[in-house]
This record gives sequence, structure tokens and C-alpha cells, in this order.
Amino acid sequence: MTFGQLNAGSSDVGTPGGEDPRNLALQSADGLLEQNDEASIEMHEVEGLSLGRIVTRRFFRHRAAMICLIILAIVVVLAFTSQGIDAFGVQIHGWWMWTYAQVPDVINGGEPTLSLVPFNIGIHPLGQDTVGHDMFAQVMRGTQQSLMIVFLAGIVSTFIGVTLGSIAGYFGGWIDAVLMRLTDITIIVPFYLIAAIVGQTVGGAGPAFLGIFLGALLWTTLARLVRGEVLALREREFVEAAKVAGASDARIIFRHILPNTVGVIIVSATLTMSATILTEAAISFLGFGVRSPDTSLGLIISQYQAAFSTRPWLFWWPGLFIVVIALTINFIGDGLRDAFDPRQRRGLTRRARRERAMEVERATAAAAGSAS
Amino acid sequence: MSTPNPAPTADAATPILQVERLDLDFWVDGVWYPAAKGLSYDVKAGEVLAIVGESGSGKSSSSMALLGLTPQNGRVAGSAKLGGKELIGIPDGRLRSIRGKDVAVIFQEPMTALNPVYTIGFQIGESLRTHLDMTPVEAEARAIELLTMVEMPTPETTVKKYPHQLSGGQRQRAMIAMAISCDPLLLIADEPTTALDVTVQAEILDLMRNLRSRLNSAIILITHDMGVVADLADKVIVMKDGAIVENGTVDQIFARPTHPYTQQLLAAVPRLQLSDREAVTLSRGSDAPVLQLTDVAIEYPKHGRVPAFRAVEGFTLDIHPGEVVGLVGESGSGKTTVGRASVGLLPVKEGSLVVQGVDLATVSRSKLREVRRSIGIVFQDPGSSLNPRFPIGQSIGEPLLLSKTAEGSQLAHRVEELLDQVELPRSFRNRYPHELSGGQRQRVGIARALALKPSLLVADEPTSALDVSVQARFLDLLQGLQRELQFACLFISHDLAVVDMLAHRIAVMNKGHLVEVGTPDQILRHPKDPYTQRLIAAVPVPDPTEQRERRESRRVA
Repeated sequence: MTFGQLNAGSSDVGTPGGEDPRNLALQSADGLLEQNDEASIEMHEVEGLSLGRIVTRRFFRHRAAMICLIILAIVVVLAFTSQGIDAFGVQIHGWWMWTYAQVPDVINGGEPTLSLVPFNIGIHPLGQDTVGHDMFAQVMRGTQQSLMIVFLAGIVSTFIGVTLGSIAGYFGGWIDAVLMRLTDITIIVPFYLIAAIVGQTVGGAGPAFLGIFLGALLWTTLARLVRGEVLALREREFVEAAKVAGASDARIIFRHILPNTVGVIIVSATLTMSATILTEAAISFLGFGVRSPDTSLGLIISQYQAAFSTRPWLFWWPGLFIVVIALTINFIGDGLRDAFDPRQRRGLTRRARRERAMEVERATAAAAGSAS
Repeated sequence: MSTPNPAPTADAATPILQVERLDLDFWVDGVWYPAAKGLSYDVKAGEVLAIVGESGSGKSSSSMALLGLTPQNGRVAGSAKLGGKELIGIPDGRLRSIRGKDVAVIFQEPMTALNPVYTIGFQIGESLRTHLDMTPVEAEARAIELLTMVEMPTPETTVKKYPHQLSGGQRQRAMIAMAISCDPLLLIADEPTTALDVTVQAEILDLMRNLRSRLNSAIILITHDMGVVADLADKVIVMKDGAIVENGTVDQIFARPTHPYTQQLLAAVPRLQLSDREAVTLSRGSDAPVLQLTDVAIEYPKHGRVPAFRAVEGFTLDIHPGEVVGLVGESGSGKTTVGRASVGLLPVKEGSLVVQGVDLATVSRSKLREVRRSIGIVFQDPGSSLNPRFPIGQSIGEPLLLSKTAEGSQLAHRVEELLDQVELPRSFRNRYPHELSGGQRQRVGIARALALKPSLLVADEPTSALDVSVQARFLDLLQGLQRELQFACLFISHDLAVVDMLAHRIAVMNKGHLVEVGTPDQILRHPKDPYTQRLIAAVPVPDPTEQRERRESRRVA
């Protein structure tokens, strides 16, 4: 056989003579040659980058997701700085002149003072309700509460879903059967009924409780998704390699398998969160969520539903913020899914398309010329 | 039963396909990367042109570009004329009427190329009815005719079967029947036998040779297997990095390759030597075997309504320290099952499987973990055997970390040592698997398997996913490491030539049973069992003249 010769031959190509033998051995056979031999064209895009960096780069290039990330950040900053923080015993005052609990005099029937031409914010830019609450303060407080509920629900549901899903998928057998039946039971429970009963009994327990409660019911989809992923990954050879290396079950699940399902988890979590803001609105609208004098976006809408024809601004602003939060979270989730999907391939840019057209024309003309 | 080809270009003088200065580029990250550069070749009726090259050389994508099947980010320039008519740059509608009718494709993996929810008959009928005016009844009759032509057993019943009900070889026959359904002028066969076992491969190659003379189509054969080229091709093009480096007749290329790359490619192909040769001798002491399997049976447990499946039965084999034993057999013969059971990944149902004096059939979980430290395993698929989220250094270091043999700087030092041993640059420890080529990943796999200095290494088809030249370098490395570190090795492979190179002894498996064990000379040069004889006869030899003789002798036998 001539393997030795082949190797020697490629060393000669790979390095100029006169280097020390280690370098020769290292660079020759593999470092340079093999990579050139095999590197497929698609790899150029990801050369020299870690997986995390590739994902980040793809995400930052997703225009819709980036715009939505900025909008959501603005909403969060606006809500939390304007009204300050008043939760879990911490109190910091915001910069807005009114708080959500203050009841100033009603001016001009509560009409919004915001006008764009000429630009003027006025004393109550989003108007006042019948009693005199400043709507901007109300909406900001509502946004705060709704966001808190959304993120709590997202964290709780993700935690439960990932844990149960991965355990069920990895161990299989009776553990899988028990956990999946538990999931089925949670799915068939009539959600709004439970919400109504719980809301009635522990009513007014605050947004934190509501968030955790929602999270405790919304984990089922994620659990099933993660279980499916884990079932597939469990058969991959790197998991067997880890077993042979002596890794424990916990290490295999948490260090080897779960990091590979992160795409599914993030996407599902963001979708759950954007669904939660609507659910919270619905529950508060029905009167089982956040209670007055505190407020949430859903509650504001519920309180003023009768005023829709007379004072529509009481409706517009909380509605707008619900839509904005739900949409931005959805788009961010979309961007993350694209970023984590390695099969996602972007089409041609405008410049590339123009160059392609020119090049093809030129080459075809050349070929035709030489053929005739 | 063959129908005369209606092609106007059937006379041998004019080529069916004329490709001239074909360029193919892909737009990646702001730059055009060439996948094919100025390809020019032509194929005549009844002629087989083989396009040979390693993965990434552009042989598949340039052929698909003829059909306009280029990914969205690709551009094609140049000229390709089929029977005098230009193919490049014509509208999609015209291309669609050419695809499947004038140009047909046989794909590598028939399981994925056939739609699992339709019957074979329906799928053949579909391509017939798209291009020809036929009633469903006529189409089915023609489908049966075609299946008879590709020598499908019981075509009348097969026509109503679904792809999963057929074996790999039968699926490939169905695929071929579909491709020839409209009497194509040009047939593109993209690695048509790579996914098949050698004996099945031999049958499919026979069939294709048979059909070539009957249909008088031009055939483009895309492959990396020099044996297949020697068996089937008339002309050969060798491609490297998107360009043609050499072309000529098959005898020219094999007998007098002029380009260094072609020479290198041919030298890298492991050859099964059928004449006697110097035996690899092993001075075996009286040491106790590292791995001892006695009457082992391995079962896949019953799953729902699927009954338990006995993959291996009555299997007996010893491996002594420092010995390399090759385990060969076709897919489904249970060879991988034996390998996985040897590292304790599958439970042993009957018999005893002793590793280093510990019986894995009755071992406790904690004891198993301890035994595994003396076993390493290299997996088949380098793409899936490394955790994509771990840097290389972490993957290699994991066994060391978990067995608490090394920590901190000591661990880092050992990882570097292992990278040196497998001839990878030390800087690779911070890279991720997706940045490495297949051959490099497989080296990482070996480094990890050797991290704990095992006394037994199980290598499960470690080279089947690699290109020939990469495979050659990999085997060279493995052989060197084995000599240096003196571990025992169970080398599982379907490639007899590879096993011939490495092994001190060879064991042949068929349908879960051990057929024959012996030295390479006994097994490969003087096989006793008829199954082994058949296996050896089916291996294509990368030499057209010798392959022709072997083919004749096989036909006579």
C-alpha cells in the first residue's frame, strides 16, 4: 500500500522545507490541505465562528426582529421609568408628574391634550377617565404589570416544560408515560374556568401570583416539543459517546442534550409569552386577574368598555400597547427561530442579483461566440 | 421488451450532451464562490461518462445545474446543449418538460428520493403521465413493463407496494425504472450505488450496464468510488475544486494517469489483493483476551406491538491485547450491534461478553462505568458523534474530566498531547465541530476514544463517511497509533479492502451469525464459506481490465 507515500507527498506540498518536524506534521496532512479539499462552499459563511456567534450574527441581521427588539426595549424603559417601581416592597418614583393612583381634577372632560401640530404634550397627553385618573400613568402602570406577568409566566412555563419534557424524553418508559399523561391532563383542564376559580378565591394576590399561575398552566406545548427533540437527540452518537466517557444522566441531559434544543425552547417561550399578554388581558377583562386600584392593560380595557363611544381614548392606548407588546415578542421569536435554524439560507442581495445577470450574459455570449 | 429510442441523435457520431465552459458560482456572504469553473465535456449515445472527485469538488452541483436545479443563491453561465438544443438560460416551463423526459436522474438515496406515501406504480405512472399522453391503466401496464425491465422480482405485485416495503436494492431498481420511464436521452446517476451493500451494488451495476446497451442513452455517472468507475465507465473526468484536472478513456485514466491529483486519488483507493501477500504477523503472547464473546445473543426489546428482534445469535470471538480484528458483513448483519454491545451500550441477552475480566452481561451500573474507562469507541458518522455545542478540546477532555484522572492545566496538557497524537494543530481545541472537515472530526473522535489510554478500541465504520484520500490518511494514522499504543481494536467495516489493510484477523458476519474467522489470507485469499466467496466476488476492483475479467468469471459462476 502507498499510504505512507501519499502522506509524505502532501507534506511536501503543505510546507516549505527547513521547518521543525512538528510543524511539518501538524500543518501538512490536515491543517491546510484537508480543509481545502473538503471545505464546502457553504462553510465560508460560518468559518471561524462559534455557534453562539453565528446565531447572534444571524439574529442581528434579521431586520424585523431587530426593530421589534428596539421597540420593546423602548416600551419597557418608558413604562418602568415613567411610573417608577412599586413592587415587592421596593419604591422608586418615576419622572411622570402623576402616579396611577392619583386622582387630579378632570380637565376639559378628560380629553387628551396631546397634539402633534403644533407639537404639545400638555398636562394629560392621553386624557383622563371619568374620575380623573391620568391615562398615561394608568397605561404605563398597566404595561408594567402586564410585562411582569408575561415574563414571569414565560420563565415558569419554560422551566417546567423543559424539565418535564427532557426527563420524559430521555428516560422514556413509564416515566415518560406518567409525565405525558400529566401533560394531557393539564391540557384538557378548561383554562378560563380554573383561572376564574383561582382568581375568585385568592383574588388580588397580585401580578406575581397571576404570572406564576399562568406559567403553571402554559408549559404543556413546550414540554411536548422538548420531549420530541430529546427523543431524537438521545439517539445521536455524541450522547452515546458521552455515556461511554462515563457521564451521568443529569450531565447528559443538561450539558449535552438541552443546549442543542435551545432553538426550540427560545422560540416556544417567546410565542408563549406573546400569547400570555393576551390571556392576561382576557382574564383581567373578566375580572379575575389584577384588581383595582392597581391596574393592568386588560383591566383598563375591561373597566372602560362602556365608554368606547364617548371616550374612545380610554380604549385606544391600552389596546395599542397590548398589540405592540404581543407583536414585538412574536417578531423577536421569529428572528430567533431563523437564527437558530441552520438550514435557513438567505437569498441574493440586490447587488448579487445584478452581478449574476451581468456575469451570465457575458459568459453566455462568450460561449456562443466560441461555439459558432 | 425495450422500446426503440426515438432520439434523432442516435447515431454515434454526434454527442447527445455538449457542455461548454460551464461556470457555476454560489453567492455566500457577499462574495461569489465558484463551484465549477469552465467545464467542457460531451457524452455520446450509449456512452457512460464518469465524473470523479471528492466531496465539494462540484461534481454533483454542476450536473444538477444542467437541469436548472441550482439553489437560489447560484448562478450558471456557459452553454450546455442537449441534442443540439441549449439548456442554460431557457425558461422554467421548457426545462420542466425536459426534466424527467429527456434528462432523468437516479439519486443516491432511494429511500429519500421516493415519496413514502405513494406506491411505486403511482410514482412511475406520475412521471409517465406528466410527459406522455396516457391513461392511468396504460401507465400502470407500462410501469409493470418497466419494472420487469429492471429485473424487479414479481413486478405485478411490486407495482402496488410502498417504498418502505422494498429492500434497498429493490428501491434503487424502482428508482431506475422511474428514470428510464420516458426513454431519456441523458441519464444522470448521482452516486447510484453508494448507499448499497457490495453484493447489491454488483447487481445494480450489472443492471445499469445491461440497460445502457438496450436504451442507447447517454449516462453521466457521478461517483467517488473508483471500483464503480472501472466497472461501468467508458470515459472519465476527474474534478478538483470545480475544475476538470484530467479527462480520458477509462483505460487511460487507470493505466496512465498524468495529473498528480489523479495519481494521488488512485493511490489512495484501498485495493483488495486477491493474490497471496505478506501476512501481517502478530506475536501474540499467552495474555488473557481483552474482549471475549462467548455464545452471545443480542436482542432489540419488543416495542409496543413490534416483537423483540434478535440481531445477533451464538456469536463467539476473542480479541487479544494488541490485536486488530476486522468485523465485516453487509448492512443488517449485526456487526454494529456487536460493537455497541462490546462497550456496554446494548444489553447482552444470552451468553457472556467479558471485557478485561468483567462480564458485561451481569455487570452493575457503577462497575460498568469503571470498565468503560478501558474501552474507547469511534463512531461511524463524524457529523453526529461530536456535541455541536462543545469546543473540540472539551469533547476530547470530557472522559478525562469525568473519570477525574486529570484537572485544570494537567487536563489542558493532556488534550494538547492527544491533538498532537492525531496530528491536529493544538489551536483546534477552541474550535467547534462544524468548522472541521469530516476527516478532522473523525480524528477528534479517535483522540477522545484514546483519552483514557484504553486497552480496547471499537471503531464502528469510522471511514465510511470519508472521501478516499481522506480515508487513506485516516487509516494510516490509526495504524500508526495502534502500533505505538498497542491497544486491541475491533474494526467494523463493510469494506473488505480496508479491513485487509489493518486487521490481523477477520471475522465475517451474515444475518446475525458468525460465518468465518481467520487471518486475512485465509478469509480473503482462500475463503471457505460460500457467503464469504460471494462477498469477495462482488467487490469492484479499481482496474478496468481486471474488473472485466472478474465480471465474466462471476457471470460464469
